[in-house]
Amino acid sequence: MELLERFAAGDLDAFESLFRQYQGDVYRWIVRIVRDPATAEDLTVETFWRIHKAHARFSVEGNFGAWLRRIATNAALDHLRRSRREVPLPDDISAARQPDKVVNAETRRSIHQAISTLPPRLRVVILLAFIEEEPYAQIADSLGISENAVKVRVFRGVRLLRKKLQQAGVHA
Amino acid sequence: MKANEEKELKKLLKDSLPPFEDTTLRRDLWPAMLHRLEVPPVRVPWWDWALLAAATAIFFFFPGMIPALLYHL
Repeated sequence: MELLERFAAGDLDAFESLFRQYQGDVYRWIVRIVRDPATAEDLTVETFWRIHKAHARFSVEGNFGAWLRRIATNAALDHLRRSRREVPLPDDISAARQPDKVVNAETRRSIHQAISTLPPRLRVVILLAFIEEEPYAQIADSLGISENAVKVRVFRGVRLLRKKLQQAGVHA
Repeated sequence: MKANEEKELKKLLKDSLPPFEDTTLRRDLWPAMLHRLEVPPVRVPWWDWALLAAATAIFFFFPGMIPALLYHL
């Protein structure tokens, strides 16, 4: 029996094999959304927990990687919704490349603040499309929406971001 | 939005919030996963549901009790 068939049948060993195979990919995707390694680790486990609970619904002919990424994105989105107004984007994460010195600290703070207060569904697309430069098709697939819907969210996110930056005195 | 405006905004965002570079998972998360799998799911006992249903029915048929209950809380 194939690994995915055994997983769909509820085999724990198959689940462990898939976990070990994909945990790095899931973590890599989530950490770029939440930008915090500890939270990303927790959400990776949460993603596989959801996968484990939903094993019977997985179609063996389906794309496991795409399904996993969609669930991971939903877990990250749920976290952003829960932590809205509680946790701003981490400021000094060593894993993130050092910010450009041309942008002064005040501007950087305003931009962090503006992005942190975006609605989570807009924040995700702005982070993935503008910061991480993921293709729209990939973002659409991970959110389970069409490419056009991603474009609409980018448009709305940018409009809101500009408004917030203007209010903060940053010209973008 | 014009393409050059979008480009400018993208540059400003990337300059102040650079892409996350070190995305390597530092430890095996399987032990944490096993721990999560061992935690029994939270189950609400049936009598709690019965109590909730009874309270809802009482408040539905006798809404006058709601302010009286609130007064005594």
